[in-house]
Amino acid sequence: MNVTFDQVGLLARRSVVRTWRQPGSSIAPLLFPLLLLAVNSGGLRSETRLPGFPTHSFFAFALAVPFIQGALFATMNAGTDLARDVQTGFLNRLALTPLRSAALLAGQLGGVVALGLIQACVYLAVGLIVGVRPASGVGGVCVLLVFAALIALAFGSVGAWAALRTGSAESVQSLFPVMFVFLFISSMNIPRNLMGTTWFRDAATANPVSYLLECVRSLIITGWDGEALGLGFAIVFAIGIVAIALAAYALPRRLAR
Amino acid sequence: MDRSNTIEVHELVREFKKGPRAVDGIDLYVGPGEIYGFLGPNGAGKSTTVLMLTTLLPPTSGTARVAGHDVVSEGPEVRLQIGAALQEAALDPLLTGREHLRLQAALQALPRGERQSRATELLERVGLTQAADRKVRGYSGGMKRRLDLALALVHRPRVLFLDEPTTGLDVQSRTALWDEVRRLAREDGVTVFLTTQYLEEADVLADRVGIIDHGRIVAEGTPAALKAEIGRPTLEAVPAVAADRDRVAALLTRFGELVPSSRGVAVRIDAGEAGLVDVVRALDGEHLRVENLQLHSPSLDDVFLAKTGRSLEGGDDEPESDG
Repeated sequence: MNVTFDQVGLLARRSVVRTWRQPGSSIAPLLFPLLLLAVNSGGLRSETRLPGFPTHSFFAFALAVPFIQGALFATMNAGTDLARDVQTGFLNRLALTPLRSAALLAGQLGGVVALGLIQACVYLAVGLIVGVRPASGVGGVCVLLVFAALIALAFGSVGAWAALRTGSAESVQSLFPVMFVFLFISSMNIPRNLMGTTWFRDAATANPVSYLLECVRSLIITGWDGEALGLGFAIVFAIGIVAIALAAYALPRRLAR
Repeated sequence: MDRSNTIEVHELVREFKKGPRAVDGIDLYVGPGEIYGFLGPNGAGKSTTVLMLTTLLPPTSGTARVAGHDVVSEGPEVRLQIGAALQEAALDPLLTGREHLRLQAALQALPRGERQSRATELLERVGLTQAADRKVRGYSGGMKRRLDLALALVHRPRVLFLDEPTTGLDVQSRTALWDEVRRLAREDGVTVFLTTQYLEEADVLADRVGIIDHGRIVAEGTPAALKAEIGRPTLEAVPAVAADRDRVAALLTRFGELVPSSRGVAVRIDAGEAGLVDVVRALDGEHLRVENLQLHSPSLDDVFLAKTGRSLEGGDDEPESDG
C-alpha cells in the first residue's frame, strides 16, 4: 500500500512539475480568470444597485467565477498532458510497469488537484487584498478550498476521460470552447432571480455550472447556505463520479494491456 | 526446465479490424541469455509481435509465455520480468534524465534507498552522466535512445525487448548500443529480443535470427546457418541497355539458377566465385554491355530474397497495417 501511495505521489509531482515547467500553461489559468474578474467587476459594478442584488461589492460577487474558470483551464491542462503521454508513448512506458491503472489515474489527477488548490489560494488571496471578507469565516474558507479541489478533480477527470478516449491533445483542446459556453450561460454575471430574459434564466437554471458558482458565492457573500452548499457539492460529486468512472473505463482500453 | 528468461510463442496471431493479419501464426523460442534478432521490412509484423509479447496488445489467438508467464493471463508477472524500449523513445520532454530514472525506479517499486544509486549507475553506464540534469527535450536522438534503454533496465529485467533500437542513430551511437546489448546478454544473462530492419545489426549482434514477412516467419536460424543454406554466391548484372535484359538472363542461365533481382538479372553461380571470369567472357562474346556487375557472398538479404522473392535492402516498405 505504501508503495502505491509513493507511486501516486510521484506521478502527481510529475504532473505539477510539468505544469510548472510550461509557463504558458501555468500562467494562463492563473492570470486569465483574474483579468476577466477585473474587467467584469469594473464594468458590471452598477448591477449592485439592482433591487435584490445580494451584495454591495460586485468584486465579492464575481470572485466565484475564477474558481470555476480556473478549473476549466485545469481540465484542459490535465487532458492535454495525458493526451501527450498517449501520443509520445509515455503512457505505454507507465503501462509496462506493475503500476495499477487506478494508481496511474490517481497520480495524474492528484497533480490537477494540487494545481487547483494553488489557483484557489491565489484567487482567495487576491480577494482578501481587495477587501473581500468571506461571510462564512475561516471555516468557510476551508470548505471553499475543499470545494475548489473537488471541482479541479471533477473537471480534471473530464479532461482525462477525453484524453484517454481520443488520445489527441488537439481533440481535448477543442473541448475548451464547449465548456466555456457552459460558463457563460450560467449565473456567472448576475443572480438567476434577477435575470430578465426567460430563456437565459431557464438555461442558467438547467446548467450545473450555475450551482457550482452559487456554492462558492454563498460561502463568500451569504455565509452558511445549506441549500447552495448541498446542491454545489452534489453536482461536483456527480460530475466527478461519472467522469472518474468514464476515465477509469477508458484507461485499460488505452493501455491495452 | 528453467523458464525464468525464455520466450515461447505458439501459433500467435493478431488481426486488426479492416486489415490483414499483422501477425499470422508465428512460432518461436528464445533461450536464456540469447540475443534473438527479429528481422523484416516495415509493416512485416515485428512491432505488433513485440507489443503482444510485452502485454501491451492482446493476441487474437495463440499463446505466448515470457519468463515463464502467459502474456494474457499473467500480464503483471510478465511485466515484472521484462524491460522494453519500444520503437519511439517514450520520454517526457519536460523531465530530466535523472527524473525519468527516479520515477521509473519508483514505479518499478525499487526500495527508496536504492533509487538514487541505481539512477546514477545507469546514467553512467549509458554515458549520460553529464546530461543527467538536463531536460530531455534538449537531448539528441542517440541520447534519447540510450536513456530509453537505461529506463528499460532499471529493475534488472530478465528479458529485454528492443524494438528497432538503432533506427535513426549515427554509427557511433549504434555501435555503443550494440556493445551494451552484448554486455547485457553475455555478462548479465539477459535474454534480448531485438527487432530490426538493418541486416548488419541482425548479422553482427544476434545469436539467432528470425525473418518475418507478411506476419509469417519465413526463415530462422543462426546468421551463419541461414547464409550457408543459400550456399553459392549470387552474381547480379544490370544491363546497360534495358532491352538486353532477356538476352542477359538467357546467357546467365548457362551458369546457374536465376534468382529474383530488384535491379537487374541475378544468378546463383554453380561454379561459385571462380565462375565470374567465365560469365564476363560470355557477356563480352555476346557483345552485351552491363552497367553493373556484382558478386555477392550470401547475406541475410539473400536469405530474405530467396525466401520472399524480394530484397529487404532498398526494397519498398510494406504498408503499415497495425496502426
